[in-house]
Amino acid sequence: MAEAAVDSGKRRFLLAASGVGGGVAVVAAAVPFFASMLPSARARAAGAPVEADISKVELGMMIRSEWRGQPIFVVHRTPEMLEYIKRMDGRVADPNSEASVQPEYAKNEYRSRTPEYLVLIGICTHLGCSPIGKLQPGMESGLGAAWLGGFFCPCHGSKFDLAGRVLKDVPAPTNLKVPPYKFLSDARLLIGDDKGA
Amino acid sequence: MSKAQVLLRWIDERFPLTALWKSQLSEYYAPKNFNFWYYFGSLALVVLVIQIVSGIFLTMNYKPDAEHAFQSVEYIMRDVEGGWLIRYIHSTGASMFFIVVYLHMFRGLIYGSYRKPRELLWLFGVLIYLCMMAEAFFGYLLPWGQMSYWGAQVIVNLFGAIPFVGEDLAVWIRGDYVVSDATLNRFFAFHVIAIPLVLLALVVVHLIALHEVGSNNPDGIEIKKKIDPVSGHPLDGIPFHPYYTIKDMVGVVVFLAVFSFIVFFTPEMGGYFLEYNNFFTANPLQTPPHIAPVWYFTPYYAMLRAVPAFLHTQFWGVLVMGAAVLIFFFLPWLDRSPVKSIRYKGPYFKIALALFVVSFLVLGWLGTQPTDFLGNVGKTEVAVILARVFTLVYFLFFLLMPWYSRIDKTKPEPQRVTG
Repeated sequence: MAEAAVDSGKRRFLLAASGVGGGVAVVAAAVPFFASMLPSARARAAGAPVEADISKVELGMMIRSEWRGQPIFVVHRTPEMLEYIKRMDGRVADPNSEASVQPEYAKNEYRSRTPEYLVLIGICTHLGCSPIGKLQPGMESGLGAAWLGGFFCPCHGSKFDLAGRVLKDVPAPTNLKVPPYKFLSDARLLIGDDKGA
Repeated sequence: MSKAQVLLRWIDERFPLTALWKSQLSEYYAPKNFNFWYYFGSLALVVLVIQIVSGIFLTMNYKPDAEHAFQSVEYIMRDVEGGWLIRYIHSTGASMFFIVVYLHMFRGLIYGSYRKPRELLWLFGVLIYLCMMAEAFFGYLLPWGQMSYWGAQVIVNLFGAIPFVGEDLAVWIRGDYVVSDATLNRFFAFHVIAIPLVLLALVVVHLIALHEVGSNNPDGIEIKKKIDPVSGHPLDGIPFHPYYTIKDMVGVVVFLAVFSFIVFFTPEMGGYFLEYNNFFTANPLQTPPHIAPVWYFTPYYAMLRAVPAFLHTQFWGVLVMGAAVLIFFFLPWLDRSPVKSIRYKGPYFKIALALFVVSFLVLGWLGTQPTDFLGNVGKTEVAVILARVFTLVYFLFFLLMPWYSRIDKTKPEPQRVTG
């Protein structure tokens, strides 16, 4: 037996086979650990819809709400603001929201169910800061005379118009997201659910 | 034999204590011409120890819970005996760690310490740098202030920019749809156990590699080529202990004096070591008007901001930022100069290195400021244009190196170190 030549082919096969087997076992054992880092059942459940009272939002004003821990902007737009949105068509990167995220009913010029109410997730599509509402046009916005109102992200200078559409030549790639929503009545808005609307 | 010698022999028969002491310190021969720049390796070890010790004591009172984290830091600052001191030591240590390591890396650049046979030594060093960045990033969320929160939000969203898998990856990192309690809790785990373990292992590997190949020196020549035929040691080498342990102690004393001055007199360092916005508790609904990372990340942050979105993705900025860090890995193979040290390199390398240092500093400065602070030229902000120019210079230092380092007019290296 001591004289028997070492079968190096067999040895290599056994090494490779046990290596692969061990590797599979390590990967399989790692799966539950990786899975434990996904959002927990509690975090997933926290995505329940929230209601917002919009009866107090005066024309030209904005309120903030919260859904899934994210800021939600609700803007009550004036006819003048809607006019400004039309004038922004040439200055925004994605005027028809082709590359942006919104429910089907908000995939229009005003990006909303009804032109007067704009509902947005207030998180910049660049790197997740929350933009500031700079709804008033002109110099007093601090964004120059050409500014027609919209949102400005302080982190990296991205700009959005009054429909949440991203301007050209800013870091943000797409328009602000529109969450699913529906009107329960003239005064009540439900954010996070649009079924049956 | 004295009792101490008996004890030592007893140990040596069971554990190679004397052998280790000799091979790593008292008979580890280092070049005799180390200068000022050679303080920073040992200082990095000192800061590592400071961070680990102060960190252990901070965890005794800190609570990794979104409801309590901010208050527990306030509690440490106000109610825990000496808590303010321990926290300021830890926060100052974070910045000092980067200062020391940046100077240590600069030493490597000027004396060619990354060149053959020290390529792996350099690679382990870059891995340590990556670990430090991760450690600093995870740790920065823990106070749960406004900057903590929004800084983490921005950095995690960097991963969201990766095509196809990005969104899911970002959710997986956060453990939630936004930065939340789940994120804080896991960042705590990474900061206090996972990354430090990796960091310590890498430091050990870095030192093993160093002691295998031997230290480089300001002349960039190998002292192992000239061996004393009698003793068998390098002619230009001296034992690390006691010569360099004594020298390094001088460095440590000066360093600790500076460190203490900062801790006791200016722990916030004018908002650079501890940012003012972080004295407000995290508010997920309101981004502070100007957010910037801590100073040691700002060069990369300025690059990120300089790159515009393109093809409806802002992945390019993330790519540039990542490449700016990872490009250090390739340095040993980019430098084609026949000599290692800047003392014998020609004008091209010196100019390139100077431009690189200037661009790193300017980018670092730009990264601390809002993008509009220098006004506009036409529709583009001056600060963004500057950032683009210096980002280009930063990369050209590396990308053109194979060319300029080869054609550069070098001086001949000496046979022996020059002191």
